[in-house]
Amino acid sequence: MPRTKVAARSTPARRIRLLIATRKGLWTLTSDIARNGWKLAGPQFLGHIVHHAICDPRDGKTLLAAARTGHLGPTVFRSTDAGKTWKEATRPPAFAEGSGRVVDHTFWLTPGHASEPGVWYAGTSPQGLFRSADAGATWEGVAGFNAHPQRKAWCGDDQDGTPDGAKLHSILIDPRDRAHMYLGMSSGGVFESVDGGADWRPLNKGVRADFIPAPAPEFGHDPHCVRFAGANPDRLYQQNHCGIYRIDRPSDTWQDIGASMPKSVGDVGFPVAVHPRDPESMWVFPMDGTSVWPRTAPGGRPAVYRSRDGGKTWKRQDQGLPKSQAWWTVKRQAMTTDLRDPMGLYFGTTSGEIWGTRDEGRTFRCLARHLPHIFALEAW
Amino acid sequence: MTARSSREAAAVVRVKIPTPLRSYTGQAEVAVAVPVLAPELPPTVGGVLAALDGAYPGIRFRIIDEQRQLRPHIRLFVGGRLTRDLATSLTSDAEVMIVAALSGG
Repeated sequence: MPRTKVAARSTPARRIRLLIATRKGLWTLTSDIARNGWKLAGPQFLGHIVHHAICDPRDGKTLLAAARTGHLGPTVFRSTDAGKTWKEATRPPAFAEGSGRVVDHTFWLTPGHASEPGVWYAGTSPQGLFRSADAGATWEGVAGFNAHPQRKAWCGDDQDGTPDGAKLHSILIDPRDRAHMYLGMSSGGVFESVDGGADWRPLNKGVRADFIPAPAPEFGHDPHCVRFAGANPDRLYQQNHCGIYRIDRPSDTWQDIGASMPKSVGDVGFPVAVHPRDPESMWVFPMDGTSVWPRTAPGGRPAVYRSRDGGKTWKRQDQGLPKSQAWWTVKRQAMTTDLRDPMGLYFGTTSGEIWGTRDEGRTFRCLARHLPHIFALEAW
Repeated sequence: MTARSSREAAAVVRVKIPTPLRSYTGQAEVAVAVPVLAPELPPTVGGVLAALDGAYPGIRFRIIDEQRQLRPHIRLFVGGRLTRDLATSLTSDAEVMIVAALSGG
C-alpha cells in the first residue's frame, strides 16, 4: 500500500491553503492569513494524474485525492493528517462485477452532509456515482443512480460523450437536508434526488442543448460545473456547454444568464465560482467556444467575469492578468474561493499557473507557475 | 521460477514488478505463495495476482479492472510468453512478469 510522506513543516495556526491537483501530481500552496506570501510545497504522487483533491470541511484535516497513472487503474488516496501521510483506499470506486462497466478514473469528490461524518461521494468517468461511509477507505456504487432503469437513456453508452470520457461531477448536498442532492453529468445534464440518491430526476428545463436535434430535450445536456449560490442553497448557478444559467428553487426552470455576457467573449467556459456569503455574486471564466472550440481564453486575453446581481449584468476583471498572447484556460474544478472578507478568488490554468486575488477580483497576481496542467484547485 | 512447499499446499511464484507498481512492493521482484488446491491444478495467472494482492493490498486493482480484464496498458508475460488470459496455467518453473507497456511519448 503506497504511502507518500512530506517533510514536516511548521504550519501557521491561521493560513490559507490551496490544494492543486494536476496532470502530474499534487501540490499545495500556503499563505499567511493576510495572503501576502505564498509558499509552494510538493509534489506528492509525482507522475499520477490527480483529477481532484479536497479537504473535508467537517474536520479540517482529512484529505481525499482521486488519482491514476497512464498505466495503472484508478484509485483514491486518503490522508487524515492534513496531507502529511497518505493511504490508498482499500476498495476504490468500481462498478459492479458483471455490469460490463469499468471506472476509467474518479473525477469528482464531495464531502457528505455535516450530519454524516465520514460520508463522501465520488463521481467517475464513465459516469457513475459512488458513496463511502468510512472517510474514503471503501466505496460502494449508489445503486439508485448506477442501476437506475433510465440511466442509459440519460447518459448514453459509456463510449458516448466528451472526447476524454463523460464525467459525473458537481455532486451537491443540500446543507439543510442530507437526502436532497444534485449532480451534473457532461453527458446527461443536471439531476436531482430528494431521497438520498435512491431515485433521480432530470432538472434541465430552460437549458439549451444545441448539439441535440430535439428542440427542448429533458436530458442529454452538458453542464460543465454547477454550484450552490453562497448562503442560499435554493439557488444554483451552472456553467454549461451551451451558456450560463441560474435556477431558484422550487422553480424547475433554469434562466439563461449568459445572454447578457459580451458577444465578443461569449458564454462558454468550464468553471463557476460563488461568493461564500453573497448569493448574488458569482464568477465565470470564459473560453473560446467558437468554430472548432479552441478552449483557450478568447483572443488570448484571459479574464474572469463577475456578476453582482445574480447574472443580470457582468463586469470584466482582468487587472494583473496577461493582456495578450495568453492561450490558456481554466478547467471546471480549477476555480475556487476562500472564506475571507474580502474574499479571495483563485484559479489554476491549463498551462500550470495559479492566479489569485484577495480583493474579489479587482487585481490578480500570479502565485505559482511552471506547474503541470492544472485540473482542480480547492482552498481550505 | 516456482517451488512447491513441503506439503504442496502452495506454490511460490516469482513476480517481476514494473516501476509504476513498486510503491506497493518496494522491490523489483517478489515471491508470492499461491494456494494449490490439487496437484493437477497448477497455479494460474489470476491466482498469482490474487496472492500478490494479499501481500500488497490494492495492487491487483491497478492491474485488473472490476470486470476481471487486464487494464489497457498492462502486459503480462508468463515464462516469457505474453498472455491476457488470467486462466493461463503456470508451469513449474515459470515466472510472471508484469509490464507497464509503452504508451504515449
